[in-house]
Amino acid sequence: MKTFPKGGVHPPENKISAAVPIEMLPIPETVIIHLSQHLGAPAQPVVEKGEQVKVGQLIAKSAGFVSAPIHSPVSGTIEKIESVPDTSGYKKPAIIIKVEGDEWIDTIDRSPDLIKETILSKEEIIARISEMGIVGLGGATFPSHVKMMIPTGKKAEILIINGVECEPYLTSDHRLMLERSEELLVGISLVMKALGVSRAVIGIERNKPDAIAQLTSLSGQYAGIRVEPLKVKYPQGGEKQLIKAITGREVPSGKLPVDVGAVVHNVGTIVAVYEAVMKNKPLFERVVTVTGKLLERPANYLVRIGTPIEFLVKAAGGMPEDTGKVINGGPMMGKALLSLAVPVSKGTSGIVLLSQSAARRKPVMNCIRCRRCSSVCPMGLEPYLLQALSEQARWDEVEANRVMDCIECGSCSFICPASRPLVDFIRTGKANVNRIIRERSK
Amino acid sequence: MSSTNQLTVAHSPHQFGDDSVQKIMYRVLFALVPAFAVSLVFFGLGALIVTGVAVVSCLAFEYLIARFIIKTKPTLWDGSAAVTGVLLAFNVPSNLPVWMIIIGSLVAIGIAKMSFGGLGKNPFNPALAGRVFLLVSFPAQMTSWPVVGTRMNYLDATTGATPLGIIKEGVQNGQPVSELLAEIPEYSQMLLGNMSGSLGEISALALLLGGLFLLWKKVITWHIPVSIIGTVLLFTGILWGINPEKYADPLFHLLPGGIMLGALFMATDMVTSPMTSVGQIIFGVGIGLITVLIRVFGAYPEGVSFAILIMNAFVPLINKYVKPKRFGEVVKHG
Repeated sequence: MKTFPKGGVHPPENKISAAVPIEMLPIPETVIIHLSQHLGAPAQPVVEKGEQVKVGQLIAKSAGFVSAPIHSPVSGTIEKIESVPDTSGYKKPAIIIKVEGDEWIDTIDRSPDLIKETILSKEEIIARISEMGIVGLGGATFPSHVKMMIPTGKKAEILIINGVECEPYLTSDHRLMLERSEELLVGISLVMKALGVSRAVIGIERNKPDAIAQLTSLSGQYAGIRVEPLKVKYPQGGEKQLIKAITGREVPSGKLPVDVGAVVHNVGTIVAVYEAVMKNKPLFERVVTVTGKLLERPANYLVRIGTPIEFLVKAAGGMPEDTGKVINGGPMMGKALLSLAVPVSKGTSGIVLLSQSAARRKPVMNCIRCRRCSSVCPMGLEPYLLQALSEQARWDEVEANRVMDCIECGSCSFICPASRPLVDFIRTGKANVNRIIRERSK
Repeated sequence: MSSTNQLTVAHSPHQFGDDSVQKIMYRVLFALVPAFAVSLVFFGLGALIVTGVAVVSCLAFEYLIARFIIKTKPTLWDGSAAVTGVLLAFNVPSNLPVWMIIIGSLVAIGIAKMSFGGLGKNPFNPALAGRVFLLVSFPAQMTSWPVVGTRMNYLDATTGATPLGIIKEGVQNGQPVSELLAEIPEYSQMLLGNMSGSLGEISALALLLGGLFLLWKKVITWHIPVSIIGTVLLFTGILWGINPEKYADPLFHLLPGGIMLGALFMATDMVTSPMTSVGQIIFGVGIGLITVLIRVFGAYPEGVSFAILIMNAFVPLINKYVKPKRFGEVVKHG
């Protein structure tokens, strides 16, 4: 059984909603569509206040190569375009739409039929992915078309599909693999064509045996696609860790996966690619896991982008009295929310509710130099040292000790018996080193 | 949504393991129980008094110094001062007077630990610092070990030389090792701890049992104990091969003295050992070499304490130059 060799932890899985089928969530009365839902330049609005829009209609265009267009997830009237808080808690420009009915643009093929063949060329597939606003749905929201255009001089050899879902609690990718298996496999074939690669491997941790079995049996009908069951270990879903686990290749420090011939996409992204290319459907809805031990009905919802998070929580049984923290994403890398009034964006993979007691950290003690942080670090770093150096603002040494390699997976903070704020200070270190590197290159 | 206002906002991760400093320290204490039990069987009352006094005085000094000198909240229940107390007791004879134990505890906690900033900040193993201070200050009392079986005696226990002392003195007087072996207990008896020695070091078997528990619970890793024991076996094996009548065999070097206690419980102290596996092996090899050098060529019959303290001093240097293998540093195409 393959896995990445160095470090890693085993947080309790808590996949409470794993057996709950994806359910379509009703459309709210108002949706909030932020213009920056992807990595890169924010999209530029192409609609005005008072304008009528339909589901799937372009409302903001891409603002550059590393950017993505945004399409209306609902039909209705543009109420206003103004800055409102997003999941970060900061106010960001957004288009707010008052929902009226559910009228889709007629270019979208809404039939449930599976389409396997396409006459589209490689370039046309990439263009479609770009036009339909597809971004990485695993959480990083990197515009997908950028990953499909291989820089000259480099060559993609293998497509890796990330079905690991190593974050505790989250189950949206697991459900997609089970319920949308064929679409996923066709989507993989499309991306293989776009990349010009003949091999694709779906990496799935063996805590999802049903998904492994189903995709293994179905993948026989698709040339070049196979499933690789992986040993359960966090953070296997980290891009570099997954490439290492599957191919044995190590992405060099500061380089990209394509430097070792690999391109990695999340399963949710690939299903969205299928819909974009074969059904002409822009990315305006996604699967979001809403879960937590206290929650009445943990679920996996198919949600229109822009739906307020409180709407999802209400559908899952309402916010329990003892809730102490609400996380956008998983508990290892997700961000704690200030308020539930913020909307679901393209990058929202799950909403996890923690109790008051689980929400608080234990008191910080002195470092006892047990070296667990460095033994679990999947990047081979020394978190205790980076923390101490960052705390003392010794940025040169922070940089020399490879702080920029940190993927912020949180394994070190998770394992620390002294409850030290390791990742917190490492983030400070990264931000400062990043600033110094920028100033240096000027 | 009344409780929305009470949401905790913090950076990820939001989920933590359930291990803690306390749990680690209490596991170490638990792992020391078999060796303590053996000590009670062989040294009786003395073992009980010395260990009790050492633990109580270490806790007391930690509390008093934190409260009145550093003026912080004392963290007595993290268990680290108790571990220091037990280890200090394990490293002294079971007939050591109470006032000496208290001085040793003051040096261990006050000078070696708290003066550097308390838990996690000390460069030297506190218990060993205390022990070595006592050894150089009160050499007579620190090198007169009760013979086993004097269970109801404490200060008035009959004393005798340790097997290491017998061999060392005999070899210095020109006696062949084969003759000297008749004067010391059989190896099987030494393994159980049936010999003179410091309070907690006598039974290799009991210490090994505790060490295996620590390995199983991942409190320690194999690197330090294996490299120390391996180095001692190899080095003494070479000497023995050269002249078996002048140098004792490798197994003899493992059973009596502080090798087992040192390799499993003292050198593995997290605070004072290197932060990488390779660093720990360098550290362990260094301890093994220095120990044998002192035992065979030095003035003292035993050298584990000195060896560990000397290597403690090298830990910052080892940490500076030995780094973990970084991900993506060596490019491999498979």
